[in-house]
Amino acid sequence: MSNLVFDGAKGHDHGHDHDHEHDHGHHDAGEMKIYGFWIYLMTDCILFASIFAIYAVLVNNVAGGPSGHDIFELPYVLGETACLLLSSITYGFAMLAMHKGNKAGVLGWLFITFLFGLGFIGMEVNEFHTLVSEGYGPNRSGFLSAFFTLVGTHGLHVTSGLIWMAILMYQVSKHGLTGANQTRLSMLSLFWHFLDVVWICVFTVVYLMGTI
Amino acid sequence: MANSHHSHDDSSHGSFKSYMIGFVLSIILTAIPFGLVMFPTISKVATLWVVLIFAIVQVLVHLVYFLHLDRSAAQRNSVVAFAFATLVIVLLVGLSVWIMFSIHTAMMAK
Repeated sequence: MSNLVFDGAKGHDHGHDHDHEHDHGHHDAGEMKIYGFWIYLMTDCILFASIFAIYAVLVNNVAGGPSGHDIFELPYVLGETACLLLSSITYGFAMLAMHKGNKAGVLGWLFITFLFGLGFIGMEVNEFHTLVSEGYGPNRSGFLSAFFTLVGTHGLHVTSGLIWMAILMYQVSKHGLTGANQTRLSMLSLFWHFLDVVWICVFTVVYLMGTI
Repeated sequence: MANSHHSHDDSSHGSFKSYMIGFVLSIILTAIPFGLVMFPTISKVATLWVVLIFAIVQVLVHLVYFLHLDRSAAQRNSVVAFAFATLVIVLLVGLSVWIMFSIHTAMMAK
């Protein structure tokens, strides 16, 4: 079944040296899993789009509380953005190391990616904690409910990505760069870069447009 | 992409060069909108447009250089799925916001 579906897409590969490195059937199954994961990411896009729509509708309902202008600190958000962008490029280096079969390189770059991701989550938790302790929690206004839902949903995704990454680091260190682990690394790569794309929308729609 | 290596390897895996191009473009496309909002130099409407356009361009940069979406046959299914998701998102967000703001305006008018 999977071979049938992918025959057209894979046709141009035949004859390239690249394919001889892998067991062909397994390679196709891996490609199919990665494509399936991509479909999941597209549905995740729609989840985020719904929350963005909610945010756009509720952003002006401040109920006498603070608006984005009063509570957003752009230098801090720039720091968060830098963490996530750096983690994206270091994950890219992990993937390059993977394609070269460099296990130590993969583990090293994954660890650095993990630290940047953890830095991002740490900054976000600190931001939420500061807001809640000032009395600007999600129960304060429609705007703050939507803000915490949108930014929090992204944060939860990044957190699950970090858990996934920790498990993969363990699996790669124990079993090496097997075909299954390469497929998993490729899927986490999509997930991680996808979260960076969502963050571009978050800092633009929430933080920048809220401060203009 | 620019080098003479097999196009398949570069398009679906990326190379050091393509990752660095994406990274540098992302830094530029992030720094300019943040700079314009933190140190306002042009009108608010112009700033809004710059911020929105730079965000869209940066999303495209990430899709091409980090997620490796391109016009190759191997990526066709992914691109079609992405195009469909984009259509759904535009309808979902666009129409929801349109309806809610129309209601808001109608309520204010009374």
